[in-house]
Amino acid sequence: MARTLTFKIFRYNPYDSDSTPFLQDYKVEETQRMNLFAALNYIRDELDPTLMFDFVCRAGICGSCGMMINGRPTLACRTLTADLPEVIELLPLPYFKMLGDLSVDTGVWFRQMEENVESWIHTQKEFDPAAEEERMDNELANKIYESERCIECGCCIAGCATANVNADFLGAAGLYRVGRFMMDPRDERDEEQWFELVSTDEGVFGCIGMMACGDVCPKDLPLLEIMAYVRRKMSAAAMTK
Amino acid sequence: MSNIYTSDVLVIGAGLAGERIAVAAAKEGLKVIILSLVPPKRSHSAAAQGGMQAALGNAAKGKGDNATVHWLDTVKGSDWGADQEVARIFADNSPIAMREMAHYGVPWNRVKGGPAEYFIKGKKVTVEEDAAKEGLITARAFGGTAKWRTCYTADGTGHSVLYTMDNMAIQLGVTVHDRMEALGLIHADGVCKGAVVRSLRNGSLSSYFARATVIATGGYGRIYGHSTNAVINEGTGVSIALDTGIIPLGNMEAVQFHPTGIVPTDILVTEGCRGDGGYLLDVDEYRFMPDYEPEKQELASRDVVSRRMKEHMLKGKGVHSPYGDHLWLDLRHLGAKHLHTKLREVYDICKYFIGIDPITELVPVRPTQHYSMGGIRVNKDGHVYNMKGLFSAGEAACWDLHGFNRLGGNSLAETIVAGMVVGKQVTAFAKANPVEVSTSLARQFEERQQKRIDALYAGSGRESVVGIKRDMAEILSDKVGIFRTGEGLKEAVAEFSKLIRRADEIKVRSTIPGRNMELTEALKLKGMVKLGFCIAAGAEARKESRGAHTRDDFPARDDAGWLNRTLARWPEGAEQPELSYEPVGTIDMPPGDRGYGGGQMIPMSISVEDYNATVDELQKKNGKHETMEPINTGLKPGLWKKEVK
Repeated sequence: MARTLTFKIFRYNPYDSDSTPFLQDYKVEETQRMNLFAALNYIRDELDPTLMFDFVCRAGICGSCGMMINGRPTLACRTLTADLPEVIELLPLPYFKMLGDLSVDTGVWFRQMEENVESWIHTQKEFDPAAEEERMDNELANKIYESERCIECGCCIAGCATANVNADFLGAAGLYRVGRFMMDPRDERDEEQWFELVSTDEGVFGCIGMMACGDVCPKDLPLLEIMAYVRRKMSAAAMTK
Repeated sequence: MSNIYTSDVLVIGAGLAGERIAVAAAKEGLKVIILSLVPPKRSHSAAAQGGMQAALGNAAKGKGDNATVHWLDTVKGSDWGADQEVARIFADNSPIAMREMAHYGVPWNRVKGGPAEYFIKGKKVTVEEDAAKEGLITARAFGGTAKWRTCYTADGTGHSVLYTMDNMAIQLGVTVHDRMEALGLIHADGVCKGAVVRSLRNGSLSSYFARATVIATGGYGRIYGHSTNAVINEGTGVSIALDTGIIPLGNMEAVQFHPTGIVPTDILVTEGCRGDGGYLLDVDEYRFMPDYEPEKQELASRDVVSRRMKEHMLKGKGVHSPYGDHLWLDLRHLGAKHLHTKLREVYDICKYFIGIDPITELVPVRPTQHYSMGGIRVNKDGHVYNMKGLFSAGEAACWDLHGFNRLGGNSLAETIVAGMVVGKQVTAFAKANPVEVSTSLARQFEERQQKRIDALYAGSGRESVVGIKRDMAEILSDKVGIFRTGEGLKEAVAEFSKLIRRADEIKVRSTIPGRNMELTEALKLKGMVKLGFCIAAGAEARKESRGAHTRDDFPARDDAGWLNRTLARWPEGAEQPELSYEPVGTIDMPPGDRGYGGGQMIPMSISVEDYNATVDELQKKNGKHETMEPINTGLKPGLWKKEVK
């Protein structure tokens, strides 16, 4: 049964001094297996060339298309219209800097986070091109990979109560990144250094445990598990201080 | 006056190749600016699932592997279209690049000693993994290879390596200007000085000057419409090189179709699906590949598997659907655990995009445009023909280890190997040459872009961006696809002659300030049509079948007439590309049978020695720069003979 969908889309252009925020309606005939990537492109190609949004991989891998879909932060490309009611409200992710309509600046926020947590392997060892690689247990490699699967879409930050009142909070994505390096034996940072970095209200003790991040993560990452791991490590470090 | 930025090295494109070059230069203390359409970690490198080929030989089924065997597979895979010296440099350096990434944090899957179960050629077998190799980087099977050689992190290899690389770039303080698009190169007297760049945030133009400029903008599969490529893969980097009028693009007609794009969304599911034992089935759920390719079966090279699939569908064995015919990929026998770990992205893609559970259901697939072997022609240092100070690497370049067909796992590996090798040359060049800031050049080249923008607003409006893209995609898919005919190609060329004029008749309707996405698309359109034209013209002119270029009127690979590389230039003011040819490079292993794919061959009419004697001179005539190390010093002549039984 073909439906006519009504998209109510947030419109605002920060580069236009005459622009004021409002919701604009667009009518779209639903097609089989339509997702929001197809629907939004249809709107821009056929109805309104001024609409702004972001897609890159359109395959749920790159994290570009996070937005609020009927009140919930998630990836637009993986959202099928068949799973939504006839009226679909699209808003940009809150918290991030607005670039226009549904487009926000997640890239600058994530780069800042990565500089803050020094999101790289800290090692004194030099790479030796002639040497065999250091050995690693395959189970550990899998565990590290598991903690590296975040695609930086920003949905967990948009859905986080703490982040929305404390702009400096690392958030689930930031703490997840910390966990990734904390469990990696190649990273030589010790407990003291980690404690300096994350044992604050902006870090792991800022989380008030509302757990929305875990609910909204489009990749179903074990955010809560990793955050608990970081908290446990830091609590233990505090005890021995 | 707009903004002017200067750096030692300007890198256009923040995928793996571009970032690896940025890292190489930053490590040497150079100031690097990367321009990117999107935040670097969203680049299309992140979407590569399967892995990277490197002859580490740690997995049991990779035992006895070495760089020579990798080189041999690569040259055969290219259908002898590759530059054999470049393929050698690649194969030799790939293991080092993998280990380096391990050092910097990539969690490669590792060897686990003891018995392991795999699906090989339709049978479940137990293989004893060597306990002495426990903990070293392991590998999986990919198409067209003699050994298991593809290093991986589950099916998120591109993601993992790109994240690690970008983290290194951040650590080294590399400046990234994201949401920026280079619209044109700034150059004078055959020397590149930088680029004119448009902000995708607010539409402003800026000029960037550098000692060395690098184009690493990836592929341009989007011109085919149906493509596994990300929506940003529209080839602006390649077309701004073409726009100089003097830089040639190599082998544009060599276009790869990947056997397993899912239907209808064209999203890729990795070759690892077949590498790990997945089957291709037809409408009768019959496994047809062993009938066509008894030896390699589902794991022949991509051009061969895609051709066989299309051939089988043309026999009426395809599955009909509202989105056209397709075949099935069967992963059910691999089991839930495998699909939830090593092929999890594949599981997610099937579930979220087509509502299919691959543990219990068949996945609809068909060959889909996937990779561009062609690109900006460079010498073995990555230095762009005819343009000093401009380098290129990765899918944007035609370095040319892929020739007419690239092996799975060789492109992702190429990004970091070329990044390493070319990065060294970029660094050396930048150290030896000054940065020449010229406000008059900046003004001149910015004005050129401003004129284009004004013209797009003032256009006749007889055509639309969407309409031209749609028509171009149809021409390319129908007439310059997997099977090509002389007649179809002639028509394609004629239609492109019209399209190129039609592209001047568009009008941008949206006049909003800031992020005008319609204008952004319109600015790219003509360049995309030019790339499509180069593909069609190159394919029409090449009267043979080689690798992914298959003509039914010239079914044989013709080593007498066509053992060469197409070069396409677009002289200023021309209405069509100008084609010329150069030798593929020095030949060490003479053309022979690939061992899969069948097909006829017309042998070389001159000796390999006579062919090789002409290479250097003819390539130089076409614009090749002197390389830092003399030509052929990267080859290891005759070593392959030991590996051919």
